[in-house]
Amino acid sequence: MDQSAILARITDVVRDELDDDALALTPATRASDVAGWDSLAHVRIVVGVEQAFKVRFATSDIARLKTVGDLVGLVQRGLA
Amino acid sequence: MSINHLELPWLVGAPPDFRKACAALSPGDADVGARVQELASFRLTNTEAGALGRAIERLRSGGASLKPLQPFKLAILPGATFDMVAQSLPAAAARSGVLLDVVLAQMDQVEQQALDPQSQVCRSGADAVLLAVDHNWLALAAPAHSAEDAQARVAGALARLKNAMAALSAHCGAPSVVLSLAVPPLPLFGSYDRQLAFTPRRMIETFNVALPELCEATGAILFDAATLANMIGTAAWFDPRLHHLYKVPFSTQAIPLFCDAFGRLLGAIRGRSRKCLVLDLDNTCWGGVIGDDGVENIRIGQGNPEGEAFLAIQRYALELKARGIVLAVSSKNDDQVARQPFREHPDMLLKESDIAVFQANWQDKPSNLEAIAKALNFGLDALVFLDDNSAERAMVRRALPAVAVPELPEDPADYPATLAAAGYFEAVSFSDEDRTRADSYAANALRAEVLSRSRDLGDYLNALEMQIHFSRFDAMNRGRIGQLINKSNQFNLTTRRYSEAGIARFEQGDAAFTLQVRLRDRFSDFGMIGVAICCADSEAAEPTWLIDTWVMSCRVLGRKVEEAMLAAIAQTARRAGVAILKALYIPTSKNGMVSEHFDKLGFARVSETGEGERHYRLEIADYRAPALPIQNLAEECEKLSGALLNAN
Repeated sequence: MDQSAILARITDVVRDELDDDALALTPATRASDVAGWDSLAHVRIVVGVEQAFKVRFATSDIARLKTVGDLVGLVQRGLA
Repeated sequence: MSINHLELPWLVGAPPDFRKACAALSPGDADVGARVQELASFRLTNTEAGALGRAIERLRSGGASLKPLQPFKLAILPGATFDMVAQSLPAAAARSGVLLDVVLAQMDQVEQQALDPQSQVCRSGADAVLLAVDHNWLALAAPAHSAEDAQARVAGALARLKNAMAALSAHCGAPSVVLSLAVPPLPLFGSYDRQLAFTPRRMIETFNVALPELCEATGAILFDAATLANMIGTAAWFDPRLHHLYKVPFSTQAIPLFCDAFGRLLGAIRGRSRKCLVLDLDNTCWGGVIGDDGVENIRIGQGNPEGEAFLAIQRYALELKARGIVLAVSSKNDDQVARQPFREHPDMLLKESDIAVFQANWQDKPSNLEAIAKALNFGLDALVFLDDNSAERAMVRRALPAVAVPELPEDPADYPATLAAAGYFEAVSFSDEDRTRADSYAANALRAEVLSRSRDLGDYLNALEMQIHFSRFDAMNRGRIGQLINKSNQFNLTTRRYSEAGIARFEQGDAAFTLQVRLRDRFSDFGMIGVAICCADSEAAEPTWLIDTWVMSCRVLGRKVEEAMLAAIAQTARRAGVAILKALYIPTSKNGMVSEHFDKLGFARVSETGEGERHYRLEIADYRAPALPIQNLAEECEKLSGALLNAN
């Protein structure tokens, strides 16, 4: 799965979690750029992304996440 | 492995447009409460549950009436990050008929909230407070130094909980809900852990054994999280990663199961648990089709694996009946053919006398379920329908969304575990009356026969040879009194719910007069079937009692028990020098049957509000007790009113 497909699927997950169908994400997007993406939503989004791609991230990788691009990279490594 | 509880296999998966359906709910919709409950009845992911939870909040703040959902405010004092659970809970509660409002306190502020009467939680007006703490918070996660240290640590954990519970009871008057603790899958030695008092396993299990005693003593309610964790396995229950990252107390994949089970507990507290199991017959209670295969060829009984599986279903149904769940049958068959195995097959555990209503005919199942509910005087929301046929299940769900219809796995060997896991019959108390309830429905059939031989109603009631027993509330019967007050929905004039602690206060003098009523007739003993609470109205000019609570079991409808109760109240009031009885009817979606109750008893209607609340009064001087078909009524009234005078 290429990066843009992963980004699109992640966008679906975040839209579901934040209940906002108009939401758009780029690799540079940070949680703080998105209304409603607080620390609590972050847990739900991380778990939701894991379930959507059937992958499991390591504790340290989750702790280091900064941007949506980082999350795309984690998924890509998880799927490899 | 039998079934995977994590996947809530008894529920149907949510449709793809679920989030849209939630967004489309509008406060102005007709029956929006019932629609919410329908949406809640799907198997929901945390995301879907969150979407429905937000919709419920939006409807509530939009002023929508969400009847028939019953409001419940739950405050949560979490030891760790409980937010995801709190977000998923309202949807799961709606599945069990509860309109849940959650007040979630900050993490790890248990004592700060509980001990301060002005805290957010103490001022929240909560109906119950969940102490959501685990083995980490209670300092039972690490091994103790010695057996003595272990004992002290368990005692300390219990004392810490008890202290918070006592403060909550004093400051917000709400009972606590406490959790049993799961044992993390981290053995120190292995099997030997169980033999050493200082291991976390032993400490946590000792705590779990003591917890029900603490609940019994304090009136707290136990939520058995440990058993949920064990059902799915503690390796699946705990997620150390999410705990390290976000202090999430257990795996997010277990949240739907946790919330479903917790929602049922709230439903049980609000009297919304189901009361009747309706069984299909062919391929549900035995293998094969009786009409085609004949009684000698159906599979039921020992010695045949399939027959044993069906035997296990029958056994579980009988165990449910023994705890008071009413059994009924709905089968597409000729009546006599369907009854044949019950009468002739030696291996059948279920007997005809176990079945309160037997509907075997060629009508559609929804019509039969309606007939069963009517015959038992239950709402459709009291029924659970067990049927192997997925088309029948779908048809009943569509036609009668209030009936619970579990999805069933392919293999009948998994039916009992699926039915049990769905938890339709959750309870927070159990009394001797429960044991006999299912049988009293069988006695009803005998009464119907007496009725058929009676010339008129008076003749019939006299032939029943009824005996009544009145007394005031007492500690021994507090549990059953609480059940009647909290589980009666139909014959309930004010639908005021009181915890056992609240009932104890009435015993000790908060009420001017309390009444518990028992009834038996020549066929059976109904046990306690009526409760009333009268409070002194200190603002009235003349000595006045206000009937705060009046509930009666629907099993004794049409027997003049309400007239007998009024005779008891009026005679006692008269002897206590009371001049006026005031009374009140507060309408709910369920209690329409008693909307004219006080009119029929001869009270004068004083006023009626826009919401249909009716206020009544009765001058004691004008009241004359009617002649009633209860043999010992006069003696019982005399004894009760005399006892009151002696007590005061």
